[in-house]
Amino acid sequence: MSNWVVNEGLSIIVILAWLALNGYLFWNFFLVYEEGERYIYSREIYGSALAWARAPAACLNFNCLLILLPVCRNLLSFLRGSSACCGRSIRRQLDRNLTFHKMVAWMIALHTTIHTVAHLFNVERLVDARAEGKNGTIQAVLSDLGDGNNETYLNFIRSKVPNPIGGLNAAFTFLAGLTGVVITLALILIITSSTKIIRRSYFEVFWYTHHLFVVFFIGLVIHGVGKIVRGQTRQSLLEHNPEKCIGNYTQWGQDPNCPIPQFSGNEPVTWKWVVAPMALYVIERLIRFWRSQQKVVITKVVTHPFKTIELQMKMKGFKMEVGQYVFVQCPAVSRLEWHPFTLTSAPEEDFFSIHIRIVGDWTEGLFKACGCDKTEFQEAWKLPKIAIDGPFGTASEDVFDYEVAMLVGAGIGVTPFASVLKSVWYKYCNNASTLRLKKIYFYWLCRDTHAFEWFADLLQSLETQMQDRNNADFLSYNIYLTGWDESQATAFSLHHDQDTDVITGLKQKTLYGRPNWENEFKNIGSAHSGSRVGVFLCGPESLAETLSKLCIANSSVDPRGVHFIFNKENF
Amino acid sequence: MGQIEWAMWANEQALASGVILLSGGIVAVAGQFKGWQFGAYAIAAGALITLLEYPRSKRKKGSTIERCGQKHMTAVVKVFGPLTRNYYVRAFLHAGLAVPGGFILATVLGTVCLGIAAIIYFVAAVCGEEWRPIEVREEPKLKVSETIKRPPENPPPRPPPEARRKQADEGHANPTVVQDEV
Repeated sequence: MSNWVVNEGLSIIVILAWLALNGYLFWNFFLVYEEGERYIYSREIYGSALAWARAPAACLNFNCLLILLPVCRNLLSFLRGSSACCGRSIRRQLDRNLTFHKMVAWMIALHTTIHTVAHLFNVERLVDARAEGKNGTIQAVLSDLGDGNNETYLNFIRSKVPNPIGGLNAAFTFLAGLTGVVITLALILIITSSTKIIRRSYFEVFWYTHHLFVVFFIGLVIHGVGKIVRGQTRQSLLEHNPEKCIGNYTQWGQDPNCPIPQFSGNEPVTWKWVVAPMALYVIERLIRFWRSQQKVVITKVVTHPFKTIELQMKMKGFKMEVGQYVFVQCPAVSRLEWHPFTLTSAPEEDFFSIHIRIVGDWTEGLFKACGCDKTEFQEAWKLPKIAIDGPFGTASEDVFDYEVAMLVGAGIGVTPFASVLKSVWYKYCNNASTLRLKKIYFYWLCRDTHAFEWFADLLQSLETQMQDRNNADFLSYNIYLTGWDESQATAFSLHHDQDTDVITGLKQKTLYGRPNWENEFKNIGSAHSGSRVGVFLCGPESLAETLSKLCIANSSVDPRGVHFIFNKENF
Repeated sequence: MGQIEWAMWANEQALASGVILLSGGIVAVAGQFKGWQFGAYAIAAGALITLLEYPRSKRKKGSTIERCGQKHMTAVVKVFGPLTRNYYVRAFLHAGLAVPGGFILATVLGTVCLGIAAIIYFVAAVCGEEWRPIEVREEPKLKVSETIKRPPENPPPRPPPEARRKQADEGHANPTVVQDEV
C-alpha cells in the first residue's frame, strides 16, 4: 500500500484535483443558470437545457486551457529542469504528459456532447417559441420582446421560420451556431484520427489532422462573440422584479411596478481562459522554429543491417542526458513533419546519434536523402539539412539515482537503454566510487534480434570491456527471444555448448519465451534487501501493467526494506 | 508505417459518425422535435452503420488490433461478399445514408461526419484498398501425447558424429538454458 502511494500517489492526487475542479465548475455554473435571478425569464423559454448547456461550457473552457499545456514539450523540459530540486515524483508527473493530454481530450469530448445536446434542445425551443408561440403564453410574450422600440430581445431567434428549417437556419446563420458545428467537426476528426491504430500505423494522418486544433481554438474563441445567451440586465432587475412580475406578464409596461424587462448578452469569456496557454503554445512553436534554424552537422551516417541507419550529428550548444529523445525534421523530406527519435549516444560522447529503422514513407525519404541507397561513398556536403528540436527528457535520466536499476526494453523500446548503458559504463570507468548505481539488471524482450543487431553489437562491446576490467557482474543482462521457430531451435541445440550465443554472439545465452517476472522480482528483491530498485520500462502497455503490479506486490512494507519504483517511457 | 491505408481512418470516422447519427436521432425522437421522423430514420441508419463499421478490416501489412468482440460481426459482414468488401460501395452507401439526416438540426452533425467518412472511403477505394476480414489464425496445435512430457533430449537433426560423441561424454544436456542466479 505504502509503495502504491509512492508510485501512484501524486498522479492520483493530480487526477482527483482535476476531476474536482471540473465538478466544481460544472456545479457552480449549473446553479448560476438554473437558479440565478438574471435567468428567470430565460428559463421560461429554455427550460433546464440552458443550465445543461452552460455548465459544460465552463468545463470546456477549463479543459481547453489544460489541453495545450502537456504538449508544450519545451515548457515541460524547462519545468523538469527547474524542478530538479523538488524530486523525482514531480518529474515523473511531467513524463505522463501525454496520458494527461488524452484524459483532458476525453473530458472535452464528454462536455462537448452534453453542450451540443443541450443546445439542440435550446434551438428547438427558441425557434418554437418565436415562430409558433401561442398568443398569450409567457414564451410568446418573451419572444416578441425586441420587436418594438425601447425593447431589448431575449430570444435571439428573430425570424419566424418554423422548425425544422428555423433550427437549421439558426445553426448556420449565427456565428455561434456555425463555429459550434465547425469546431465540433474539427474535434471529431481529431479524435477519430488519433486512435491508437492510426497513431501507430499512419502517423502522418494523425499528425496532420491534429493540426485542426488551430481551427478548433479560433472557433472556440469566437464561439461566444455573438453574445446570444442573454439574461436580464442588473439595471432592469432593480425596476422589474421577475419573481413578482412573472405572474402578470400581459400587463408589463402598463403596471408601474413591472416595466418591460431589458436583456443583454453575456460577455464572451473563453478567450480569458485560453489566451495564456495559447501564448505559451505560440512561444513553444517559435522555440521549435528557432531550433530548426540552428545548424546541425551530420558527421557520420552508418548503415546497419536490416534497414537501420545511424546518424551521428553535432550541434552547437547541444547538451543531452541519458534516455532523452529529440524531434527530427528533414526539409528535404518534409518541411512540416517532426518525428521523435531516442538518442542512442551517451552524454560523454562528443556527438549525438540516433538510430532510424526504415519502415515508412518518411524514414524511406530520409534514407534516400542521406544517399544510403547508393553504394559509393557520399560527400559530406551532399548530406541533407537536418533540424533538431530537443533534447527532451524522460524517466531514464533517473537511473543513476537508484542503487539498483532494472531496465526492461521490449522490441524497439530497447533504444533508450543504449544511451543509458553506454553512459553508465563511461561513468563507471571514470569514477566507480562516486557512482551510486551498483548493479544493473537488463532485460531485453524481442521477437527477433535481427532488427536490432546494432544493439547486440553495443552489448558485445560493453561485455568485452567489462571483462577486461574484471567487472563482469556489474551488468547482468537477459535476452528473451519471444518469437522463434523450429530452425532456430535446431541451430540453438547445435550450438548450445559453445562459448557465445548463436544469435547475438554474446556470452549471455539468449533465452526463449518470456521471462517469469514473479521469479525475477523475488530474486532481485532477496539479493538487494534494503535498497531502492528503480524499474524502467520502455515497452507495451500490458507489460507496464504487469511490472507496475509486481513492483507494488514485491516491495516490502518496512520502509527500510526493498522498494521497487516503477518508471515508464512514453512513446 | 508504410503506405497510408485510408480505409483505417475512414473506418474510425464512419464508426464515430454512426454513433453520432444514432445519438442525434435519439435526441430528436426523445425530444419530439419537429421532423422527429428523420430522427427515427437516423437511429436506424446510425445503428446500421455502427454495426457495419464495427469489424475492422485487416491491414495490408503487419498485425491488426481487433475491436473487442468484433469476430461475431466480422462473420456477418463477410457474408455480403463484394457488397461489403468494396469501398466504393461503402463510400456511396454512406453518402446516400447521410442525406436524410440533413433535414433536421439534431442529425446534421452526424450527416456531415458521415459525409467526410464517405469521402475518406472514396479515397481509400481509389487507392485500391478493400475490406478484408480478420480471420482467426488457426494455430497448428502440436498434439503432445501423454507419455511425452519433456522435449526429446537429443532432437533431430542430430549433430555430426564427433559433436555427438562429445555430448555423450558430458551426459545429458538441458535443451533449454539453465541459468544460474545472477
